[in-house]
Amino acid sequence: MALDQTDVEKVAHLARLQIEEQDIPEYTRNLTSILDLVSQMQAVDTDDIDPLAHPLDATQRLRHDEVTETNQREHFQKNAPAIEAGLFLVPKVIE
Amino acid sequence: MEWEAVIGLEIHVQLATQSKIFSGASIAFGSEPNTQACAVDLGLPGILPVLNETAVEMAVKFGLAVDAEIGMKSVFERKNYFYPDLPKGYQTTQNDLPIIGPGLVEIQLENGTSKHIRIHHAHLEEDAGKSLHEAFFDENGRGMTGVDLNRAGTPLLEIVSQPEMNSAKEAVAYIKAVHSIVTYLGISDGNMAEGSMRCDANVSMHYKGTPLGTRCEIKNINSFKFIEKAINHEIERQIELLEDGGRVIQETRLYDPDKNETRSMRSKEEANDYRYFPCPDLLPVVLDEAYIEHIRSEMPELPKQKKQRFIDELGLSAYDASVLSSTRAMADYFEQVFQTCGDAKSAANWVMGELSAQMNKDNVEVENCPVSAVQLGQLVKRIIDSTINAKAAKQVFVALWEKEGNSVDEIIADKGLKQVTDTGAIAAVVDEVLAKNPQQVEQYLAAPADKRGKMIGFFVGQIMKASKGTANPQMVNQLLSEKLG
Amino acid sequence: MHNKTIAELAKGLADGDFSSVELTRHFLQRINTLDSQYNSFITVTGEQALAQAEAADALRAAGNAGKLAGIPIAHKDIFCTEGVLTTCASKMLSNFVAPYDATVVSRFKQAGLVTLGKTNMDEFAMGSSNENSFYGAVKNPWALGAVPGGSSGGSAAAVAARLVPAATGTDTGGSIRQPAAFCGITGLKPTYGRVSRWGMIAYASSLDQGGPMARTAEDCALLLNEMAGFDPKDSTSLKKAVPDYTADLNQPLAGLRIGLPKEYFGEGLSSEMGDTIMTAVKEFEKLGATIHEISLPNTMLAIPAYYVIAPAEASSNLSRYDGVRFGHRCENPVNLEDLYKRSRGEGFGKEVQRRILVGTYALSEGYYDAYYRKAQRIRRLIQQDFLNAFNEVDLIMGPTTPSEAFDLGSNTDDPVQMYMEDIYTLAVNLAGLPGISVPAGLVNGRPVGLQILAGHFQESQLLNAAHQFQNATNWHQLAPTANQ
Repeated sequence: MALDQTDVEKVAHLARLQIEEQDIPEYTRNLTSILDLVSQMQAVDTDDIDPLAHPLDATQRLRHDEVTETNQREHFQKNAPAIEAGLFLVPKVIE
Repeated sequence: MEWEAVIGLEIHVQLATQSKIFSGASIAFGSEPNTQACAVDLGLPGILPVLNETAVEMAVKFGLAVDAEIGMKSVFERKNYFYPDLPKGYQTTQNDLPIIGPGLVEIQLENGTSKHIRIHHAHLEEDAGKSLHEAFFDENGRGMTGVDLNRAGTPLLEIVSQPEMNSAKEAVAYIKAVHSIVTYLGISDGNMAEGSMRCDANVSMHYKGTPLGTRCEIKNINSFKFIEKAINHEIERQIELLEDGGRVIQETRLYDPDKNETRSMRSKEEANDYRYFPCPDLLPVVLDEAYIEHIRSEMPELPKQKKQRFIDELGLSAYDASVLSSTRAMADYFEQVFQTCGDAKSAANWVMGELSAQMNKDNVEVENCPVSAVQLGQLVKRIIDSTINAKAAKQVFVALWEKEGNSVDEIIADKGLKQVTDTGAIAAVVDEVLAKNPQQVEQYLAAPADKRGKMIGFFVGQIMKASKGTANPQMVNQLLSEKLG
Repeated sequence: MHNKTIAELAKGLADGDFSSVELTRHFLQRINTLDSQYNSFITVTGEQALAQAEAADALRAAGNAGKLAGIPIAHKDIFCTEGVLTTCASKMLSNFVAPYDATVVSRFKQAGLVTLGKTNMDEFAMGSSNENSFYGAVKNPWALGAVPGGSSGGSAAAVAARLVPAATGTDTGGSIRQPAAFCGITGLKPTYGRVSRWGMIAYASSLDQGGPMARTAEDCALLLNEMAGFDPKDSTSLKKAVPDYTADLNQPLAGLRIGLPKEYFGEGLSSEMGDTIMTAVKEFEKLGATIHEISLPNTMLAIPAYYVIAPAEASSNLSRYDGVRFGHRCENPVNLEDLYKRSRGEGFGKEVQRRILVGTYALSEGYYDAYYRKAQRIRRLIQQDFLNAFNEVDLIMGPTTPSEAFDLGSNTDDPVQMYMEDIYTLAVNLAGLPGISVPAGLVNGRPVGLQILAGHFQESQLLNAAHQFQNATNWHQLAPTANQ
C-alpha cells in the first residue's frame, strides 16, 4: 500500500515530529516499503486467533496503597529545561 | 411539537486513596507545585506503573452499589495525545474492557417521584496535572504557562451514564445521587470545589419521538449550581439555533461560570486520534468471585437502605428519613445525635429544624458545623429529661454555635437555665406575679370560661420572665389554675 | 588480566592475586588507549569506578565480599544510572543525568560490581548495526570496517575488545544475541519477565528484556544470578524463584533432544553460515544429544508482526520526550506545537523518527485492526509454533544471523533490508522465550553465532548446553587479533 506525502505529514503531526520538507519523499518511500513488508500479514487468516498482548499469561499484581515517595522536586528538576517557582514552563497554552 | 433535551453525563470522581493509582506519591490536595510528583508521575525515562489495590477495591464497591456487572477481566489502555499536563504523552485509562459494566442509579425528582438512570460503564484512569496560566515569561517576553504535576496520577473513576436525563434538574439530581453513593461508600470526599468530582455533559435536542439530535459536550462544570446553569444555557442555545434554521455542530464547549455561557474549544477540536492500545506495562486485572464477595461483605449501608431503616426501625416519616439519609455526613450526624439522646424523633426535629436553619443562615455544611453531633445529642437529652425547657434549649444551642462553651451542662449552669421543678419555688413566683397584677387577676376572674384560656397566657409569660425562663411550664400552668380557681 | 573470564577474575580476587583497584585501573587504561578506534563507550566513569573498587577491596578485606564483588562491568547506556549521564545514544537525552538507578544497576551495585561506564548503542535501541547513534557508529573489533551489530553494539564490542569483562545489554528483537554473534562473544536474552525493566529506558515494552553479555556461558550464568529476580516496581516482572544458574552448567547432555527448524536453514542463509552452524550442532551430537528436524511454520511472519508491534509501542513510549521536563528542548519555541515538533524533530534521529511514524500510523484510526490487532494475532501463532515445538524437543538451535557482520554503511539506505537481518531473532521476543548466542566459528574471518532457544524460564538448560559446547570447543576463546 502506497502512502502519499499528505499521509506522512498527517502522521508526523499526530506524532508531533517536525520533518524537513526535503526529507518527506524519503520518509514516504521508507514508510511505504515498511508497510509493504508488514502487509504480508494480511495473507494469513487469523479470525479465530486471540490477540496476544503479553508474552506470558500473567495477570496484574496490585500494590498496597501507601505513600512511599517523598518530595524530590529539586532533584528531578535538575534535568528540566525551563522552571520557575517549582513549575515546568511551556509556551502559553490557550484553551 | 415539543422540544426534549437529552443529556448524558461523564462524572470523574477522584478516589480517596492514600497514594496515586500507579505510584507511591501522595494525592493530598494543595501542596507546593510538583512536590508530590515522583519519577513515575513525571514520566521519567525508564519508569513503570504498578496498580494501586485500593483503587481497584473502590471501583468494585461503586459497581456493587449501582448493581453493575463487575468486569472480571479489565484492561488498561493508553490514550495518546500531547498536552503539557500529560507527562507521558498518553493517559493510562480503560477503554474496551472497563472494570465496571452497565449499572443503575435511582434519582429523586422534585415532584416526589423517582427515575432510573442507567450507567453505561465506569472505568479507572489516571488524572492529569494542572496548567497554571500565571504571569510567566520567557527571555523574549513571550507568555508562558506553568505546569504542576502534583495531581498527575491521582486515581479517577469515570462514571459514564446513558443519555437518559431530560432536564438540567434531572442531571443535577443524578449527580447528587452519584455524589451521595461515592461519599457513602467513602471512596471519594466528593469535594467539588477541590475538583474531587468533575463533570462533562453531553447535551442534544430533539422533538419527542423523533431521532436524537447532534450533541455538544460541555466541559468544566464543577459545582451543582453551575451544572444546572450550564446545561440550561446550552439547551437554550441549541433551541435558539435550531429554531433559527441553523444546525448544531458536534463539538466540545467550555462553560464560563463568570459569563454564564459556553464557548467552542476549537483548540481541542482538531481531529483527535487517540490511538488507544493495551498498555504493555500493565497486565490484565483479573478478579474472582471470592474477591467480589469479600468486597460485598464490607459494603457500608447505602442511602436507600439507610432511609428504609430510618423508617422501619426509628419510626421516622418517609420525608424525614429521606432528608436525613441524603448525604452520608448528614446521616452520620443524625445517627450520632440519636445515639446520644436516645430519641429519634426529637433528634430528627432538632437536626432538621434548629440546626438546618442555622446552617442555612450561616451557609455552613454539616461537615464543618460548629456544634458537634454529640453536643446536640446532649442538648436534646437535657430537654427530654426536663433539665431545661425548649426555650432555654435554644439559648444553649446559640451558645454552642457561637462557641461560648463546649459542655451543654456547663452552659446550662453558667447561664442559670436549669428548669425549676420545685413546687414551692414556683408557687412563690406565682404568688408574687399574682400579687403584682391584681387588676389582671380581677379581669380574669370576671371573664367567662371560654376567654380565660387566652388570658392565662399573660400570667404564664410574666412568671416565665420572672423565673428567667427556667420554670417548668407544665407546673406553672397547673399551679396557676389551682390558685386562680 | 583482560583475557580472563569473570569466573577466573573472581577467583583471582578471592585468592588475593590482584585487587579490584588494580583490575579497574587496568581496564580503564585499556578503554583510554584503545576505545578511540571502536567508539564503544559513551561515558567512562573512572572516578566512581575506582571508588567502587576501593569499597569492594575493603569489603573483601573485611571478609564480607560477595562472589562478584570488585569485578568491573559496563552498562548499556539504556539503563538509568543515578548521577551519571544516561543518553540512550540520542541527542534527545544527551543532557539527561538520570536521577535514579535502574533495578539492574542497583542489583549489581549491591553485589559490589564496579561500573566502568556506559556503552554505545543504536539510538533508543532501534537498530541492528549500531550505526544509529548520536555518538557515532561503533566498530567491530574483528574488522574495523564492519558493524558490531546492534542495538547493544557498544557492549558487544567492548567485551570482544577486552575493554571490560562483561556488560549489560537489552534485547527487543535480537539486540543482545545479534551483536554477541557479530563480535564473537556470548549473549543471553532471558525470558520476558525474568529481569526487571525498571529504569531500563523503554523501546517496546512487551518485548524488551535485559540480559548479560560476556565471553562465556558460565560468566553469563554468574551475571544472571545477580540480574534476575522479582521486582515489585515492574508489573511485568514475575514472582518466580531464581535458581542458581551455575548449578546445572555441568549436567551431561546425553539424551537431550535438539530441534532444528527447517525455516532457519533455508533461503537467505549463506552456505558457509549453514556449514558452520551444522558443524556446531554436530558437537552436541558428540555430547550425546539427538537432532530432530522441526518446523516453525510462521517464522516469516515474525518480521511483519514485529515491525508493527515494536514501532507501535515505541511511538507511545517515546511521546514523553517533549522538551518539557527533561531532555532536548528547541531554542525559542513560539508556541506549544512548535515546542513539541522542533524538540522532537531535532532530538530524534532518522530511524527513531521512522519507527515513531510507522507506529503512529499502525495505531491510528481505521488501521488499528488491520495492523496492530492483526500483528497481535500473528504473535500468538508464532508463540504457539514454539510451544508446539517444545513438546517434542528440549532446545531449538540455529544460526543467530543470516550472515556474518556486514560492512559499515552497507545497509543504511534501505530500512527493510536492515530489518531482514533480524529474521532468526525477532520471533523469540514475540514469544517471550529465552535465547543465547554462542560463538560458533568464523565466516570470512568474522565471528558468527549459534543461537540456542529454550522454553519459558529454562535459562538453566540453555546455559548448561552452551557451557558444555564451550567446554568442547574454543571459538569463545578467540580474540580479535589486533588486541591480543
